[in-house]
Amino acid sequence: MISIRGLTKVFPAKPNNIMAVDNLDLEINKGEIFGVIGYSGAGKSTFIRLLNRLEDPTSGQITIDEHDITSMPKQQLRRSRQEIGMIFQHFNLLWSRTVRENIAFPLEIAGVPKRKRLERVDELIELVGLSGREDAYPAQLSGGQKQRVGIARALANNPKVLLCDEATSALDPDTTDSILRLLVDINEKLGLTIILITHEMHVIRKICHRVAVMEAGKIAEQGEVLDVFLHPQQPVTKRFVEQVMGDKDQEDSLKILMENYQKGKVLRLHFLGETTNQAVISQVSKQFDVAVNILQGKVTQTQKGAYGTLFIHIDGEEAEIEKAIDYMESTSVEVEVDIDVK
Amino acid sequence: MLNELFPNVKPDDLWTAIEETFYMTLISVIGTIILGILLGLLLFLTAKDGLWQSKMLNFLVAAVVNIFRAIPFIILILLLFPFTDFLMGTIRGPKAALPALIIGSAPFYARLAEIALREVDKGVVEAAKAMGAKTHTIIFKVLLPESMPALVSGITVTAIALIGYTAVAGVIGAGGLGDFAYFYGFQRRDFDVVFVCTVLIVIIVFIFQFIGDFVANKLDKR
Repeated sequence: MISIRGLTKVFPAKPNNIMAVDNLDLEINKGEIFGVIGYSGAGKSTFIRLLNRLEDPTSGQITIDEHDITSMPKQQLRRSRQEIGMIFQHFNLLWSRTVRENIAFPLEIAGVPKRKRLERVDELIELVGLSGREDAYPAQLSGGQKQRVGIARALANNPKVLLCDEATSALDPDTTDSILRLLVDINEKLGLTIILITHEMHVIRKICHRVAVMEAGKIAEQGEVLDVFLHPQQPVTKRFVEQVMGDKDQEDSLKILMENYQKGKVLRLHFLGETTNQAVISQVSKQFDVAVNILQGKVTQTQKGAYGTLFIHIDGEEAEIEKAIDYMESTSVEVEVDIDVK
Repeated sequence: MLNELFPNVKPDDLWTAIEETFYMTLISVIGTIILGILLGLLLFLTAKDGLWQSKMLNFLVAAVVNIFRAIPFIILILLLFPFTDFLMGTIRGPKAALPALIIGSAPFYARLAEIALREVDKGVVEAAKAMGAKTHTIIFKVLLPESMPALVSGITVTAIALIGYTAVAGVIGAGGLGDFAYFYGFQRRDFDVVFVCTVLIVIIVFIFQFIGDFVANKLDKR
C-alpha cells in the first residue's frame, strides 16, 4: 500500500545541517493501523509531513497505492492529497466556520456540488457522533469534539490513508480513549489505512497492529506490536515499553516482599495474548490443591490480545505445584520461576 | 435657537460639507480596503516561508509601502497634483481628494492587514494544504475569513485616520467639513463655524468606531 525507500530529509542549519529523517525504508500494508513512536526530535513529525509532501523530501521515494508521491507535479499532488486525510494535534479547524462548514471545506476544495456536499457532511457527522452540534463553532466544542470534527473533515473525500499527527496528545485520557475507539471503528468499517505518530506508548498498545520506533531520524525497531512489547531489542524501545508496563524498580520491591514467604514458589506469568480470557488463575486454584496469591502485576490489552506480567505466589505440595505449573504452561501463558523458597 | 448660538453657520452649506466628508471618507475607505488588502497579501505571501516566498518581490512591495507611509499627507497631496489632474480632470473638490486619500492610507492599512494575516494559525493553512487546496482557495477561504476581525479593526483605525485626512485635504480646497471650518470659519474669524465642524467630525469618528467595533465583534467566533 505505502512503500518508502531511502527517505531522507535534511534541514539546512548552522553550523550543522539537521538530519530529520535519515535514509528510511518502510512498508505499510493496506488496512492496517501503523504506529510510529519516538521522543520529540526523533523526526516522526517530519516523517508524517513527508508522506503528503507538506515537507518536500531531500531524497528518497514514497509510493502510495502505486502513485509515486515524491515525483508528482503540483497539480497532481493536490489531487492525491484529497485522498490522504490528515488530523492534527491541535485540530487546526477554521474558527470562522461551523462544524458543518468545517467538514464541508475539503468537499468544496474537491469541487463537490452543494447538495451532495450537504448529504456527505450529514453522513460524516453521524459517523463521528456529533449529531446535534452541526451548527456550533469550534470555540464552543470540547477538545474531543474538535478532534471528531477533524476526523470527519479528514474522511470527507473518502481517503485511502489517514495520517494522524499526535492526534490525541492534546486530549485528556478519557477523551483519548474515545478518539482511539473511533479510529479503530473507522479502520474496521472503512478499511482505511491509518498511520499515526505519537510519543505515548499506550496509544500504540491500544490500537496499532504494527509499530516502528524512531530515534534520530532512523527506525530503531519495528514489528508487530505484541512482539515489540514482548521482546524490545533497543534501549529506546525498552524505555517506551516501561512507560506502559512499569519499570524494574517495582520488581526490586517485590524481592523484599518475597522474603516474607517461608515456602512455595514465586512465579512470573507472561501473558502473550488470547488466553487472558480463559481465567487461568481461577482454573489453577480450582483444579489443583494449591493456594495462589497474586502479588503484583500489570496486564494490558493490545489489538492482538492481552499482554503483561503477573507475579504470583503459589503454595502447596511440591508435586501439586509442579502439576499446576505444567497446566499453566499448556496454555499460552509463559511461566518463569522467580524464587523457589525451600 | 441654533441660529442664535451659531449665527454664522448656514445649515445648507454645512449639510453639503457633511455630505462631502462622508463621500470622501466612504469612497476612500473602499479604495483603501481593496488596495491595502492587495498590498498586505503581497507582503504576507512573499515573506519568508510564505506561499509565494520571494525576497525580491517582498523587498519591492515593502519599499513602496514604506516610502508612501513616510510622506506627510499634506505633501503627498501636492506631489500627486499632476496625477490627480490626469485621473480626475480636476484638482479641486471632493473627487480630486480621492487619489491622495487612497494612496496615502492604503500603505498604512497594508501593514495592518499584513499583521492580521500573520495572526492566522499556521496549522490551519497547513491543514488546507493537506486537503489539496489551491493557493487562491487558501487566500479566499482560509486567510481572509480567519483574519476578518483583525482586518475590520484595521479598517476602523484607518477610516478614522482618513476622516482626519479629509479635513487636511479640505484646507487645500477638497471640500468637506475641514474646508468649511477653514474657509468659512477660521479665515472669516467666525469661530462658531469651526466649533460646529469640530463637533461634527468627532461625532462622525465615534460613529465609525462604533460600527467597526460592532462588526468586528459579530464576526469573531473565537
